[in-house]
Amino acid sequence: MDPEGSPNIAGAGEAPVLEPGHTLATVTDKISSIVLGRGTTKGWMIGFAIALALLMMFNVAVTYLLIKGVGIWGIKIPVGWGFAIVNFVWWIGIGHAGTLISAILLLLHQKWRTSINRFAEAMTLFAVACAGTFPLLHMGRPWLFFWLMPYPNPMWMWPQFRSPLVWDVFAVSTYATVSLLFWFVGLIPDLATLRDRARNRAAKIVYGIFAMGWRGSAVHWTRYEVASLLLAGLATPLVVSVHTVVSWDFAVAIVPGWHTTIFPPYFVAGAIYSGFAMVMTLAIPIRKFYNLEDMVTMRHLDNMAKVMLATGMIVAYGYMMETFMAFYSGDQYERYLILNRMTGPYAVIYWSLIACNIIIPQAMWSRKVRASVPALFVISLIVNTGMWLERFVIVVISLSRDYIPSIWNMYYPTKWDWMTYIGTFGLFFTLFLLFVRFLPMISIVEMRSLVRETEEKPE
Amino acid sequence: MAQIFHHSTNLISRLSIYGGVFIIALLGAALYGIELSPWYTDQHVAREQPVPFSHKHHAGELGIDCRYCHTSVEKSSFAGLPPTQTCMTCHSRIWTNASMLEPVRASYRDDKSLAWTRVNALPDFVYFDHSIHVSKGVGCTTCHGPIAEMPLTWRAGTLYMQWCLECHREPEKYVRPKSEVFNPYYEPPKNQIELGRKLVKEYKIQSLQNCSTCHR
Repeated sequence: MDPEGSPNIAGAGEAPVLEPGHTLATVTDKISSIVLGRGTTKGWMIGFAIALALLMMFNVAVTYLLIKGVGIWGIKIPVGWGFAIVNFVWWIGIGHAGTLISAILLLLHQKWRTSINRFAEAMTLFAVACAGTFPLLHMGRPWLFFWLMPYPNPMWMWPQFRSPLVWDVFAVSTYATVSLLFWFVGLIPDLATLRDRARNRAAKIVYGIFAMGWRGSAVHWTRYEVASLLLAGLATPLVVSVHTVVSWDFAVAIVPGWHTTIFPPYFVAGAIYSGFAMVMTLAIPIRKFYNLEDMVTMRHLDNMAKVMLATGMIVAYGYMMETFMAFYSGDQYERYLILNRMTGPYAVIYWSLIACNIIIPQAMWSRKVRASVPALFVISLIVNTGMWLERFVIVVISLSRDYIPSIWNMYYPTKWDWMTYIGTFGLFFTLFLLFVRFLPMISIVEMRSLVRETEEKPE
Repeated sequence: MAQIFHHSTNLISRLSIYGGVFIIALLGAALYGIELSPWYTDQHVAREQPVPFSHKHHAGELGIDCRYCHTSVEKSSFAGLPPTQTCMTCHSRIWTNASMLEPVRASYRDDKSLAWTRVNALPDFVYFDHSIHVSKGVGCTTCHGPIAEMPLTWRAGTLYMQWCLECHREPEKYVRPKSEVFNPYYEPPKNQIELGRKLVKEYKIQSLQNCSTCHR
């Protein structure tokens, strides 16, 4: 492979990151016309209607929850952390791919990130929004959420800084802020393009406000570059830190199956794994519906499959070490926990997790599978499911049987748990569909620089 | 191409970005101010009562001891509201025709309690015990304010946790000799801190600040 990462000169058997034949003008035309020229299509309307219906279901579930309290969920001692925490960890993990693609791959000069970073970042934001709802709802009195923040108050109370649950508040809110800023700063030049190309006045004004007076002068570009790099630098540690802190929610506790030092790296790898699966799940239909196969090429899908393969192996190593350490530790509770996972009442879930996360994705070693769009789509869905199951295994199985057999109990989600969980898909896809309708889903600016680099290459 | 925005938009957008920070800070400060204001806490706001009972008259001018009416204050968590019979010990003899006291007489006749409006009510999730405070040298007026000067009773403190903790963290600032606990005119001496430290030691006052001390 070319160490310079030259975009269009493909290595042996590798597809280019941008199909040949694109010029600066065609890139801008193509991406901006999806927003401005295409209008609201029937397919989009149908998708949006479904997403909105799910969002309404979410609203119903949340409203009923606020009236009745968390008792409507399946949580009861000893399983006090049910779907809400499973879903929180799952959604926040999904976000990580966006940050990895936009920050780390930017700093590593990986050209193939260019056409997927914008919607991966959008995915991050929306996934964090979905994730954020769960701990808030789980608190029981969400209207007092601000008690988690240190601020002067007449109770003379301060958050318990020894608790990772408080670190979580800071990790996730920092993550949301930096992701939003990064995404928005990246959007500014593209918003200006849309402002200049829009034909109706309302669109000009709205895009104009958010373009913040971008004129494309040399000063603007310098500042843009500096801001992007700084934000990438800020976002880079977040790729690792956020899910590390999330894993501490478990690892700092003494519950068997939680209290382990391998959690931070294994959670981060799992997050990136599920995040790339989600990017794939989103990218495959999008490139099809919007005819973007020339920009989101097979090279992208291939690379994402490889990242999934790598992170999937790290996750598999994590599972192996959990099992090994349980027996190596000589601790009867740890041993029982693993045996209970493998043979207990939730064994089906554990083995489905192994199948979804470890066995099936091994198919991606084959070049043929990586070249098959339907196969990749199916695998990405399977990995998403598998990662959700992993969080279920960690949260629920560990809690349902810990030290005292007399309090062992099963956890069964109620219909409200399911409605809330499925409802967040409504929230996610509503936001995502609005994003693809009103904002350029691929960065025009970065695609143009990709074209320029391609042209400058001496043949 | 015609400009979409007027030139002045530059100034407006700059102001709104810089101003945003101050607006949010001011909003926070305003909310905090409201939370501490008597409008929200009812501090210093005299309550309407079925009978306009005056602590100023009874506890101040007449010098009736607090415990004459609030009988259980030394033994129980609740200081106790007097039954109508307590009022009638005097008022069956004096001011027997005062129209102001008709609800009291009606209560006595019909054997139906007077429905006083609570002035100092802690939330149900707080455990509070009068007896321990009184027997460790915390005076009535420390929490209830200058009760002997209240024609109608008002809440002297905010009842916020901060207000409780101010004393629980530094009891030496507030504690007084046990003999002065029920004196409504007690003034802390100049050497309060010195005296307070001595009393804290002498009365074995623990500065309890565990959550579960009050939230049981």
